Amino acid sequence: MIRNKKETPELNSTSTADISFLLICFFLMTSSMDQSMGINRVLPPIPPEDQKIPENQIKPHNVLQVLVDGQDRLSVNQKTIDIRDLKATTKEFILNPNNDPSKSSKKEEDIPGAGKVMISEAVISLQNVRSTSYEKYLQVQNELTAAYNELRNEESLSRFSRKFDDLTETQRNVITTIYRQRISESPPKDTRKKK
Amino acid sequence: MAKFTGKKAKKLAKFNTASMGDIVFILLFFFMVTTTMRESEVKVKTDVPKASEVAKLERKDLTVYINIGPPIASEQARYGTDTRIQLNDAFKTVDDISHFIAAFREGLDEKDRPYMTTALKIDKDTKMGIVSDVKEELRRCQALKIMYNAIKAE
Repeated sequence: MIRNKKETPELNSTSTADISFLLICFFLMTSSMDQSMGINRVLPPIPPEDQKIPENQIKPHNVLQVLVDGQDRLSVNQKTIDIRDLKATTKEFILNPNNDPSKSSKKEEDIPGAGKVMISEAVISLQNVRSTSYEKYLQVQNELTAAYNELRNEESLSRFSRKFDDLTETQRNVITTIYRQRISESPPKDTRKKK
Repeated sequence: MAKFTGKKAKKLAKFNTASMGDIVFILLFFFMVTTTMRESEVKVKTDVPKASEVAKLERKDLTVYINIGPPIASEQARYGTDTRIQLNDAFKTVDDISHFIAAFREGLDEKDRPYMTTALKIDKDTKMGIVSDVKEELRRCQALKIMYNAIKAE
């Protein structure tokens, strides 16, 4: 019974804070807070060598030719344009609201969850040369992505009355099938080949 | 003197610092969870371009980084100012990329391998020639998911 009277000895915890502070300092110094952000792309796989290249699979009027030359000048279908107009031009080409025969045609497709939808067959062909600057190239990529993002947002607002980012997984799949990003890049002519 | 003794006898209220350790520990955990270790010493200047349509990198552990740009000032005496490719800690050439990617892929879980992403940190003044070479090499390595690093512009 005498034991119960004894007080439990107190552990001096004043230094825990100091130790933890040292640890915090270590983590602060060694770590980087910067979020990696960027534009996602999927490269096309290299076709097997025995595969024949199908010719004329894509009709020329469905292709929007975007070219960035060595002086960083931008041209769309052989016409020089400003980068600020690229997004609008691309959107117009994909949507083709007046069914202009020189722009992309549409094909009816049955999409699960959305029924029959007219899908644009537009393909954007992005070309650059070796002396194009990376900054300009990424700006062009950015504008093309912006065009697709806006189209998707408009479609999901009219279809599901919500923004694309707030959609469920299945709804998002429907929208991405309707506006699939079809950006085709061919490497500059003189890209080095495998030795 | 006697007048003041009464006051002096009063003890200063003790500040209980026992919980301070806990609070600092919580802070510590916050930093440990939200941060990642700096991957490697950067030896090239990678001043990435600005872009408005950026997306966040989803799985940092499945990401392999390739830095392309001119060597930083302290390395220029040895390596010049020409655009270089940096893999891990050293300057490498386009030919080394396949080994680098293969080694990284080996270290991943089997089920995670298709989701491997290559983050390209490329200086904005780089010419597209070297970028195209790297992209072609990545296609050959079947590392098809890529991300062009960029800063979010408003």
